[in-house]
Amino acid sequence: MRIDGCRTGMLAALLAAAVFAQGTAQAAEEAGSRLGADWQTWQANTDVSNIASLQRGARNFTNYCLGCHSLKYVRWSRMGADLAIPQPLFEKYLLPPGDKPLQYILTSMPAADAEAWFGKTPPDLSLMARARSKDYLYQFLKTFYIDPTRQTGANNLRLPTTAMPAVLSELEGLKRAVYRSVEKRSDDGRVTTEQEFDHFEQVVPGRLSTEEYDAFVRDTVNFLDYVGEPSQVARRSLGVWVVLFLLVFTWLAWLMKREYWKDVH
Amino acid sequence: MASRPEPAARTHSHPPAKGPDPAQGLMAWINKRLPVQEFIDSQLKGYYAPKNFNIWYFFGSLALLVLVMQLLTGIFLTMFYKPGELTAFDSVEFIMREVDWGWLIRYLHSTGASAFFIVVYLHMFRAFLYGSYKAPRELLWLVGMLVYLALMAEAFMGYVLPWGNMSFWGAQVIVNLFGTIPGIGPGLVEWIRGDYGIADATLDRFFALHVAFLPLALLLLVLLHLVAVRTTGSNNPDGIEIKEKVGPDGKPLDGIPFHPYYTVKDVVGVGVFLVLFAIIVFFVPTLGGLFLEAPNFEPANPLSTPEHIAPVWYFTPYYAILRAVPDQRMGALLMLLAVTLFLFLPWLDRSPVKSMRYRGWISRTALAVFAVSFVVLGYLGLQPAEGLFVILARIFTVLYFAFFLLMPFYTRIDAVKPVPERVVYHAH
Repeated sequence: MRIDGCRTGMLAALLAAAVFAQGTAQAAEEAGSRLGADWQTWQANTDVSNIASLQRGARNFTNYCLGCHSLKYVRWSRMGADLAIPQPLFEKYLLPPGDKPLQYILTSMPAADAEAWFGKTPPDLSLMARARSKDYLYQFLKTFYIDPTRQTGANNLRLPTTAMPAVLSELEGLKRAVYRSVEKRSDDGRVTTEQEFDHFEQVVPGRLSTEEYDAFVRDTVNFLDYVGEPSQVARRSLGVWVVLFLLVFTWLAWLMKREYWKDVH
Repeated sequence: MASRPEPAARTHSHPPAKGPDPAQGLMAWINKRLPVQEFIDSQLKGYYAPKNFNIWYFFGSLALLVLVMQLLTGIFLTMFYKPGELTAFDSVEFIMREVDWGWLIRYLHSTGASAFFIVVYLHMFRAFLYGSYKAPRELLWLVGMLVYLALMAEAFMGYVLPWGNMSFWGAQVIVNLFGTIPGIGPGLVEWIRGDYGIADATLDRFFALHVAFLPLALLLLVLLHLVAVRTTGSNNPDGIEIKEKVGPDGKPLDGIPFHPYYTVKDVVGVGVFLVLFAIIVFFVPTLGGLFLEAPNFEPANPLSTPEHIAPVWYFTPYYAILRAVPDQRMGALLMLLAVTLFLFLPWLDRSPVKSMRYRGWISRTALAVFAVSFVVLGYLGLQPAEGLFVILARIFTVLYFAFFLLMPFYTRIDAVKPVPERVVYHAH
C-alpha cells in the first residue's frame, strides 16, 4: 500500500517534471523568436573558478568600464596574481600607463566632471555584484535599447532611466524595444490601455554576434563577481577540508562519548 | 584544621624516578596558591547532572562556545576595523580583502552572530518545553533573559558597525522607536544618537558599547547564569528534581558527574554544530541575504532608502509585531511587551508540573501555537508590510500574546499526567 503510494507519487513527479521541462523548452523557443521577451528570468550562470573567463572579463573591464568606473578596493597586483596573468602581459596590456601595480584600480575620470556629464558619478563597481547580484548585472548589460527621449539616447529595462550610456552598443549593436498594448482595469472600473515591453528588435548589428556578445557579458559579470569577493575561490576550497576534518573530529568524539556512557545505566 | 591530602603514594612496581614528578609538582604548587583542582573536583566532577538530558540540552554549552568565538574573532576585527562614518565601510572591505585571513575572521563573526541567536532561541525553547523557568529556577530564567536582552543590544549595535546602507537605515528605524516615548522621546533619541541624525557620533558610541560595555555585561550575566544553574542544578526532560532522590552516598540517584559524562557528550554536540557552522561560513556566508544582506554591501547613504527595510532575521518576529499595529507608539509598546513578557513566565505558568511530557493537550497546543507564531512572525518581518502580510501579522501577534496572557488560566485547568518518581532513561 505504502509502496504503491510511493510509486504513484514518483510517477506523478516524473510526469510533472517532463511536462515542466517541455513547458520551459517551449517558453525558451518562443522567447528565442522574440528577443529579450523573457529577460527577467535571465541568469548569469558564471563560474568564478574559470580563470580564462576572469581574464577575458578583466580585459573587458579595462577596455570598456574603467573609463568611468573604479574598483577602489582592488589592487592591480592582487588582480593580476589571482587571475594568473603573467607579469609582462599584465603590465603591457592591463596596467594603465603611469599606474603602479600596487595601486588600486581607479578610473582616471575626475568625479566632478563625471557628475557634470552624467548627472551623477558612475558608481564604484567593487561590490556591485554583491549588492545587486550577478543576474542583475547580466540583465542590466543585456537590456539596453534605443530611447530618443533620454539624454544618452539609451534606456535600460533592468534599471529604467539609467544615467549610463549604451557604451557596449559598438559590440552589441542597437536594439529597439517593441511594445504591446495591454488593457488594464483600474480600481474604479475604468479601462486604460498601457504599453508593456514585449521584445527587442535588432536595428543595427554590432561587431559581435549575439552569442559572442552574450559570452562577453558573462565574462565581464564573472569578473565583477570575482572582484566582489576575491577570496571566494580560496574560501570554498579551504571549506571542503575544514568540513572533512570536523566530520572526522565529530566521529571520534562520538566514539569517545559512547565509550564513556557505557557506564551509565 | 583540615590538612591537605598527601600526594597519592606511588604504587608502581618500577623504580621511582629521581626527584618529584614535575607536572604533579607544578600542579601541587599551583593548587596551594589557587584552588584549580578543588574547582574541577567540586564544580565539574562533583556536579551531578541528570542523566536523561536529550538533544535540547546541547544548546547551553553551544551558546558558551559561540560567545567565546565572538569574543576572539571580535578582538581580531577591532585590530583593523576603524569606526567613523568615513572609514568604517572601507575598513571592513580592507579586512575582507587585504588582511590575511581577514575574510575568515569576519565571516566567523557575522555567522557567529546569527548562530548565537539560533542556539539561544533553541536553548530558550527547551525551557518552555520542560518548564525550566519554574521554581526553584526563576532567577536562573531571569538572568538568562537579561543575557538575551544584552545579546539583542550587542547584535543590534554590531550590525550598525559595517556602516552599510541597511546598517544605517536599520539604526534609523530602531533608534526612532525611542522617540515614541511621550514627553522625553525626541530628546532621548537625540541623546542616543549624539546628533540630529544617525551619524559619526552614533557609530562611534555604538562601537564603544559593542566592544567594551556589552561584552563585559554579557560575561558577567553569563557567569551569574552559570552560578545560578549550579546552585539549583539543571532541570531535565522529565521536570523531576533529582536532588530529592539521593543514594546512601548523598549523590542524586539519577545524576551523573558533569565531567566526564557531559563534557564528552557536549564535545559531540560541538562537533555537529561546527560542521553546520563551517558549511555556512565557507560555502554560503550570506545565506541568501539572511545572515548578510545585499543592501549592506552598499555604503550608508542617508539619501537612498533601501527598497524595504528589514532587520536581520533574529529580530524580525518583533519587527512584524511593531508593524502589525497602525499606530507607531502602540506598535513600539507592543514590541517592548513582546520581549519583556518572557520575564514573567515563571509566574504566568500555574501548572503543577514542569515538563510538557506530563502536561495536557491545552498546554501542548498553546506551546505549539506560540512556536509557529514566532516563526511565522519572523518570516513576516522580512516581507513588505502590505496586504495579506499585515493581516497575517495581526493574527499571529494576537496568538503570540494569547500564549502569555492566557497562560495563568489554561495551565491551571489543563489536565496533567502523574509525574514518575525517577527520571526516564534508556541506556544506549
